[in-house]
Amino acid sequence: MVHGELWTIKEFFVYPNEYIYWSIQIVMYPFMTGLVAGAFVLSSLYHVFGFKQLKEIARFSLVFSFALLPCAPMPLLLHLQQPLRNHYVLMTPHFSSAIAAFGIVFMTYGVIVASELWFVYRRHFVETALGLRDRPRSLTETLRYGMARMLTLGAWDVSEPALEKDEKAVKVLAATGIPVACFLHGYAGFIFGSVKANALWMTPLMPVIFICSAVVSGIALCILTFIVISQGRIMINTWKLKHDIGTPSPEELKSAELTIVTQTSRYLLIFLVLAITLELLDLIFRGYTAVKSWDILRSVIYEKDFVNIFILQYGLGNVVPFLLLLLPGLTIRRAVAGTLLVLLGVFMMRWNVVIGGQAFSASFAGFMEYRMPILPTSMETLKEGVFGALLVIFTPFVLFFLLTRMMPVFDTKDSH
Amino acid sequence: MISRREFCHKAVIAVGGIMIPLTALELFDPRRLAAEKGGSGTTRWAFLVDAHKCVGCGFCVKSCKIENQTPYDSNVSRTWVERYVVTKDGNTYIDSPKACRDGFTTTKIDQNHQGMKDIRTEDVAKAFFVPKLCNQCDNPPCVQVCPVGATYQTEDGVVLVDRSWCIGCGYCVMGCPYGVRFFHPEHHVAEKCNFCYHRITKGMKTACVDACPFGARRIGNLRDKDDPVTKVIMTERVNVLKEEYGTKPQVFYLGLSMEVK
Amino acid sequence: MKNHVLRPLIVVGVIVASMLVARAIVVPSDFGVHERGYMYGWHRLSNEQEWKAVQVRYKTSAGCPRCHPDKAADLANSPHNIISCENCHGPALEHPKDPAGYFIDRSRTLCIRCHAKLPYGNTPRGRIRGIDPDKHYVQAECVMCHIPHNPKPTNQKQEVKS
Repeated sequence: MVHGELWTIKEFFVYPNEYIYWSIQIVMYPFMTGLVAGAFVLSSLYHVFGFKQLKEIARFSLVFSFALLPCAPMPLLLHLQQPLRNHYVLMTPHFSSAIAAFGIVFMTYGVIVASELWFVYRRHFVETALGLRDRPRSLTETLRYGMARMLTLGAWDVSEPALEKDEKAVKVLAATGIPVACFLHGYAGFIFGSVKANALWMTPLMPVIFICSAVVSGIALCILTFIVISQGRIMINTWKLKHDIGTPSPEELKSAELTIVTQTSRYLLIFLVLAITLELLDLIFRGYTAVKSWDILRSVIYEKDFVNIFILQYGLGNVVPFLLLLLPGLTIRRAVAGTLLVLLGVFMMRWNVVIGGQAFSASFAGFMEYRMPILPTSMETLKEGVFGALLVIFTPFVLFFLLTRMMPVFDTKDSH
Repeated sequence: MISRREFCHKAVIAVGGIMIPLTALELFDPRRLAAEKGGSGTTRWAFLVDAHKCVGCGFCVKSCKIENQTPYDSNVSRTWVERYVVTKDGNTYIDSPKACRDGFTTTKIDQNHQGMKDIRTEDVAKAFFVPKLCNQCDNPPCVQVCPVGATYQTEDGVVLVDRSWCIGCGYCVMGCPYGVRFFHPEHHVAEKCNFCYHRITKGMKTACVDACPFGARRIGNLRDKDDPVTKVIMTERVNVLKEEYGTKPQVFYLGLSMEVK
Repeated sequence: MKNHVLRPLIVVGVIVASMLVARAIVVPSDFGVHERGYMYGWHRLSNEQEWKAVQVRYKTSAGCPRCHPDKAADLANSPHNIISCENCHGPALEHPKDPAGYFIDRSRTLCIRCHAKLPYGNTPRGRIRGIDPDKHYVQAECVMCHIPHNPKPTNQKQEVKS
């Protein structure tokens, strides 16, 4: 069977070779990249622009961004027909293709985030290693000690001037990281926006729309994860308090959590407004200019994909969370609902771009419907089905857990 | 003894120094960039389809699939034939069942998921067949978007796919406005019509040209002014498909109607 | 110990250097910018030869009359003269060495490619003499009554009588 035939239903006239070749994993790819870029931008808002309110969540989102990082190329690997040849993108890059830059931009970005993390956590690594050096160690402690030693890269100096240098380096890296993060995601938008063969994708607004919605989704996921972890800590501290061990008290934690969430969600709203404005501009423009492709686009947007676009994406994914987060007296519960809906909205936006762009034939005389494989009956449906998508969604949380073993995100002493 | 600071400094310069000649110079040799446009060879393959002559027998598709080893029963093909039936009330019905591998043997139009649409003889205003294949564009958008250099254009204008280098990302499939590309069901790499490159470079014609009983398909060399195909293209009113995409297609059509997509 | 700030850069340097080494090993020597420049000609040169070396299966009708003059004579004045032998007899490949004999496609589906009547007026297809495949002797193979090499009406009748 031809790749794509399994999940494509054709209606009316579709060119014989046309199928939905870009399926769920290509929806996941810009979604995950967006989360990476968004999380990083959030942490940079504190490091570069000095938004003091974001201090608590800045370190958290930086580590989270690094955990998300390997999950951006993951959907691509699951999508490739020849995944073992993935390194050819680095070996013989063809820069007239938007995808060719992926390897290089992605690695540059990875290096920047890793370096920034190193400067943020260097003191912690040194202290961990020194603390474990001159005493008997258990097996896990030996492992920890070895890891910490390696991670110091031999730089043991934690004097004031050395730490000052670290801080300066963090600032520089965070500043350079913002344009690179925007580039990383903007060009994910460019991959779609530059396909002249696809009437729905081809618009110069695509990269900008992608960046805005990326920041929105990144912040939303950071807030959400932050809330989940904070709630966990509150529960633990309540238990500890009962047994007379705990500091700080659950009440302190709760009020601190709500302040952070409220302040961060304001930044989310700014980017959300920007993203919606641009998307609507695009839609209005297409309808007003009504070029050759508008007939088929109209029937896709207003008929075939109406529920996906206007109910799930704009309605549930944009308008409802906008109101939830904007109305005064934000509560944690409302923030959770709001950020979850924002994530749904951004996911649906990716879906409507990737799948929606293939919902009509290049002949403009027929439609294609995507039926996502649910049961993994073959390697193809395993990789490019619900299972593959879930794998991509859950991996960053596992990685985040592992990273925080070496790089704790709460209750740290140092200044940045 | 070299200090650490000095070492770092020198290491950076050395690494940077290695990178520049290895990548930048190789990719952006101005001499080669100059050769990008125009072309100087003695051959530029072009195709001529006379849509007036096509009867939709599908022998071209059958021979193409066998000659180029596209699995015979797979629902993809390097070339195909479309049928257009325009009714008196102004509707256009198009189909290409099994890419026309077995020809058109019924008046019913294949609407895919919508089933077969029967059109009464008295409702038919006009009906015709249009063979399709890769346009071997002068500005191939599929080549432009290949991230690894696995698809490329030869000097004589044919776009080929390197089966050992294609990573199967599908960007070229998305980049083609004509829908000629697909994934090969066995090799799992991008696949497309290449004007039977193994035949035309031996002085033969493509398999589809040889299989067409009606002379609806012809191939020729645009750089040879005496080539009969070139003469037709130069002197008669020919058209190309989707000229608005700026791809400069090199498959020319006689008798193309406005309904053709 | 004084300046540790550049330390991540060394790590980066090592990564970049190892990638360049890998590139030198993995990328074939003939991979580069060829005739059509970087945009359209960035490829492995030897792949062109690989495509040229693909086996030719359809050898055209040019060589057939040498061994099959009788069939060629039959066809000479027939409307089916325009059809390549290989369309019905399959690709020649290395015939007569391999395959020594042919599978001859006598199925109805072969004939109705052209002879299923489509009412498309005065078009080439509309002008071809045709039948309704669902009504015209459904169980029979066309060759039972019609001689494919020279299917003129007179011949059919003779064939049916004899």
